[in-house]
Formats: sequence, structure tokens, C-alpha cells
Amino acid sequence: MTGGLEQSNQTSSRNGAPAIRIVDLCRHYQMGETLIRAVDGVSLQVRAGEFVALLGSSGSGKSSLLNLIAGLDRPTSGAVIVEDRDLAQLSREDLAKHRLRTVGMVFQSFNLVSRMTLAENVELPLRFAEVDRNQRRTLTRQALERVGLGARATHRPSELSGGEQQRAALARALINRPKLLLADEPTGNLDSHTGAEIMNFIREFNQSLGMTIVMVTHERALAERYAQRMIFLADGKLLDDQPHPAAVAASIPGERPGEQR
Amino acid sequence: MKTYDLSELALRNLRESSLRNSLTTIGISVGVASLVAMLSLGIGLQQLANRHLVKSGLFDTVVVMSRRDVRGFSRDDEKNNSSATAAESRTLDEPARQEIERLAEVQEAYPDIRFITELRYQDKPHLTMVAGIPESARSNDAFSGVQGRFFSSESAPEVILQESFAAELLGKTEKPGQEDDIPVAELAQPLIGQELTMRYAERIPAASSIPEGAATKAASPTRQVPAEAASDAAYSVVSREQKLKIVGVSDLDPDSMRGAARARVFLPLKLAENLHVMQPSDLRDSMRGFSKQPSYSTISVRVKNPKQVEAVEQAIKKMGFNTFSILDATRSLRQFFTVLDLFLGIFGSLALAVASIGIVNTLVMAILERRREIGIMKAIGASDGDVKKLFFAEAGAMGVLGGIVGVALGWTIGHVINLGTNIYLKRQALPPENFWSVPWWLVGAAIVFAFVVSLLSGLYPAARAARLDPVQALRYE
Repeated sequence: MTGGLEQSNQTSSRNGAPAIRIVDLCRHYQMGETLIRAVDGVSLQVRAGEFVALLGSSGSGKSSLLNLIAGLDRPTSGAVIVEDRDLAQLSREDLAKHRLRTVGMVFQSFNLVSRMTLAENVELPLRFAEVDRNQRRTLTRQALERVGLGARATHRPSELSGGEQQRAALARALINRPKLLLADEPTGNLDSHTGAEIMNFIREFNQSLGMTIVMVTHERALAERYAQRMIFLADGKLLDDQPHPAAVAASIPGERPGEQR
Repeated sequence: MKTYDLSELALRNLRESSLRNSLTTIGISVGVASLVAMLSLGIGLQQLANRHLVKSGLFDTVVVMSRRDVRGFSRDDEKNNSSATAAESRTLDEPARQEIERLAEVQEAYPDIRFITELRYQDKPHLTMVAGIPESARSNDAFSGVQGRFFSSESAPEVILQESFAAELLGKTEKPGQEDDIPVAELAQPLIGQELTMRYAERIPAASSIPEGAATKAASPTRQVPAEAASDAAYSVVSREQKLKIVGVSDLDPDSMRGAARARVFLPLKLAENLHVMQPSDLRDSMRGFSKQPSYSTISVRVKNPKQVEAVEQAIKKMGFNTFSILDATRSLRQFFTVLDLFLGIFGSLALAVASIGIVNTLVMAILERRREIGIMKAIGASDGDVKKLFFAEAGAMGVLGGIVGVALGWTIGHVINLGTNIYLKRQALPPENFWSVPWWLVGAAIVFAFVVSLLSGLYPAARAARLDPVQALRYE
């Protein structure tokens, strides 16, 4: 990744301006007769450069909230303002641009395209962004090397371990240099050692690139160890907001077992 | 997404589930092949028919007659030309012929010399119509089917026989109910090189032997006729014989336009002219005594292009002559083939319609199968348009591929059928024919058509894929 972007991200993180502003957000589904209030009147702010964990039991609405921030879903009411733009007001086309350039996403089940090689998977967002062919190749190689998968570029996802797949997914999420990384249970399908490896990558992106991180998890221990702030959700409502439990831990350099370089 | 990336990605996706996609592509190919096969059969048959008709020399020929001799062939002609009476109309003579030949679209205009006379072969008399044909007929398709050869020169004492006359000479007249013709080669073989004796009546100008007064009497008494012209109107008739060598036998009927008056024996035109055979019009001319030069009963005009026949006819009619051509026959023939092509095209398209349902099916299946993939693409930033275009590109690629394979398949089917038919024709001792024609425009049109049909088929699946909700698609496992 080039230095220019890192610098600008770091600058905004130092400023502490809100990267995400959520105002009275609701997302209701009609499921047969019953109305499901997946997100029900949530308001919160995330500062640029912050590492936030969204915690809650299953069905608490944390993934729904993440999808709304990602622009994958539209709110029933309220506002999601990311980088000064209200996602609720954007056209489908502009929402796609938001997903392409402003946010990067990683998922519990990795979500790599199984019929493509790792390199093709990582390259895919660059294709949508209409990046020049040669530049695409260079960026893809750099991104894969960054997560330690340079030698596996031509492998298919099924030929890789879970940890490797998630690393490839991270490379793909970062390829368009977004300011925001959204992670939905990124370690949910991994053993604790591999999980820690992934978390260290995410923490590194937060600290060295100044990326804003919003991570959904149901593991309180994970959140406490890595996140600077924990937000608890239950039944679509905001339950608790605890800032900075891991702020001290995060600054200890020795706490990086999976680090490759 | 850029077009190049799009097509690259689409082709990549097609390779991925290669069995299903190749089956769909084969479906399109079969559709295109049937379309190409049907249409090229139609075009081939039309060309075959045209070839035969053009060969017959009917469609580029206009027959010109003087209005003195015949009334118009249709009632319309009579109505339109009611003012032109026999007296006002012109004589069909050499200056008239030259004037007609000067028309831009006219290739040549030559007098018709035809007469019924007796030909003796092995001392048996045969009575038939004899006609002179111009040297230009050598390059004309009308005599391309001649067994033997064309005349060696414009006035060689040689003769070409029409098939039926050759059969008559050999005593091999067709029996009723007998289906197959006797092959021309079989007729020609014993006849070529043999000699025929033609007996005819020669007209000898008798100006020197007849006194002025008698000549004037021979002309119409009410008119002032120059003495020299009148002197030409008197002649004597002498019986002559001419030995002719048979050089060819024609399987076509080059003179068929004349109906009952068509000739079955052909002489070189110059030879026929120089024989000064008594023409039926000579009697009339001697009665009227108009011109020093003999007039012609009819003139055959060959037009450069069959399309210009109508224009030439109009121009000649303006000169004050009557004309006749078989233009109307071609018109209805063309109409028939247009309808035939239309029907063949519709049947061919049916197969393509079935194939397009195959495309819809394949793509809808692909959406179900690739639901998650579409969800992922959307999650990482693909717009509705990107997804739509990708599915479009896949449909289009299958269409183009199917089109190309289909054209090749159709072409092969055509050639195999043509080959088979020709083997059959050969067994029946008939000359081979080409029933099949795949013009370049058909190749291009078939591929474009397959492409367009595929895009249309991709319309619904592509729209459906684009509408897919990414949250739903990613939840689905």
C-alpha cells in the first residue's frame, strides 16, 4: 500500500472526527405475520481510526447493523452517515460505489469465490473499480504478499486452510484501500491460534494504516483483547457502550504472535 | 467494469461449468445450423432455378415486332397504342435494328431468320423450323450444355441440333409414359460429324430481268414509290440445297420462348442470312414495296442485364414497335422464392427459439448456483449494472460461439446433403447440380442473429441476477 493513503488515514484518525454516525436507526423485517425488529432505534458514533467491537448474542441485530453500515442493506428509518454521506439517501449505484471504495468486508465464512484462484479473488474489486490491468496485477501481488500468501496466488480457496482463506479475504477487503474495515465474526470458523493470527492482522491495519474497524463478535474475550471499545446489542437495541478496554493492551508491541514481518 | 474485463470474466465463468454451457452452446449451434441449412437450401434452389432460366436465354431477351404484322399481346397494349395504326408504324429494317442496338442497355440486336424447311438425314426427310443464331450465343449460357462444340465461324456450313430433333433423326422419339430422357451424350455420339442436307427456297433479286412498269405494279398503286425500291420488291424463288455438318447437340431448348414456332435446328446467323431464304415477310414486302432493304419479321434484342428488360421494352415501344418478353414470369417466380425463403426461415428460427429457451434455462440455473457468488461480488462493490452486464456477456458469448459453430455445422450439413443428392443424380445419369448456397451475408447474419437472440434470452436472467439482494444471497448456504 502506498504511503499517501496511510498518511491521510492517520491524519483523520488523529483528528478523531466521526467516521460513522448512526442516528435512530431501525431495520424491520416482515416475516409472515410477525415484524422482526433486527435493529431498533440505535444511535452511536464511531471516530475515525477507532477499533470497535459489536457484541451480542445471536439475533441481537449486530450483523444487521454491520450490513447497514456496509451499505448491503437499507434502513427502514433513521440515518447511517459514513464519511459524511447518508447511506439511506444513496442510489443503488452509489451504494455499490460505497461498498467498493469506502468499506472493506470480511466474513465468518470467508466468502471467497470458489471457482476463482486467490489472485483472481483479490483482484475482483479492482476489476469493478476499472483499474488498469498491469496495475491490477501489481496491487494484487502486493496485497497477497502482505498477508503472507504470495506463493499461493494460483491456488483455489478449497486448497487452502481456513486461516489462509481468511487472510486472502483480508487482502481482498484492503485492495481498494478503504477507510473502513467491517468484520463479521472474522474468527468464528477458525481455531484460537489461527484466529489470533487474523486478529493481529486486523489490529495491524488499525494501527499502521489508521483504518477504522468495526468487528462483530459474540466472544467477549476477543473483543476485550483487541478492541478499544465494546458496544453491546440485544434485541436490536443498544445495551451498553464501554470505551477502551483494550487500549492499553493494543499498544504493547510484544503481543503479536502471528506477525509475519 | 471495462468491456475487455467483462468478456474475459464471462468466458472464464463459461469455462468453469463447461458441460452445461457447452450443451447450451450446442443447442444454439443446432438452431443456427437449421436456420442456415433451411435458408441456404432456399437460396440454393432459387439460384438453381435462376441459372436454368438464364441459361434458357429467356430473361434477357426482348422480341421486337413491327406493329404492321401483329397486334399487341395484351389488351392494355391495344388500348395504349390505339392511335398507332399499321400505316403510321415503322418498318422493322436494318436502320431500325441499328437504332435499337444503340440503346444503352442493349447488348445486341439481331434479326431473326427462321424458316420451316426440309432437312434430309440418311435420305429421310424431316421438316422443322430452322433459325440462325448469332456468334455471341457462344459465350451465352444458352448453348453451354451443348454436346460437341459451337460453330467454328460465323458462316461455317455447320449446324447444332436441339435434343428432340436429334432424337427424331435417330428414330428415338420419346414414348409416352417414359419418364427418363435419353441422355444427350447418347444422342450426340452417333450424330456429331455427320452430314445433313438442307433444302430451301432462295430468294433471288430479279430487278434486272423485270421491267420498270411491272415493278411499279407490284407495289401499292396508291403510293409514290421510288423506282429503285420498287425494283427490289420483285424476285424469283429458286430451290437450293446446302450440305451442313452436325457439330453439336443441345440439351436445352434455347428457342423455347417462341412457343410453337421455336426452332430445333440452329445455323450460324451469317450463313443463314447469306442463304437468302424466302421469309414469310417477303411476300408482304413485295406487296407493299416500301424499302430497298428487306425488312425483318422480328428482331431479337439481348439486354445486358435481365433487370433492364422492362426499360428496354419501353424504349423500343416508344420507337413504334411491339415487344414481347417473359418478364412477368420472373416476377412471379421471385415472389414464390421470397415466400419459400420466408417459410424456411420461420422453420429454421423455431429451432433457434428452442435454443434460446435453453440459454434462459442455463442462465437461470447459473444464478441459482451462483447466488452466493453474486452476493459476494455485490458485497465487495459490484454494482447492479456490473452483475447484469456479466450475465449478458455470458449469454452473448454463448450466442456468438453457438453462431459460429452453427454456421459451420449448417454449412457441413448442406454440403453432405448436396453430395448425397449428387450421388443420387449421378446414379440416375443426370448432371450434378448445386442446391446449396451459403452466401457471406447469411454467415454474418446468422452469427449476429444468434448473438441478438442470446442477448434477448439473457435479458430476464441478467435482470434477475442484478436484483438479487446481497444480504439474502450471502445468508444462503
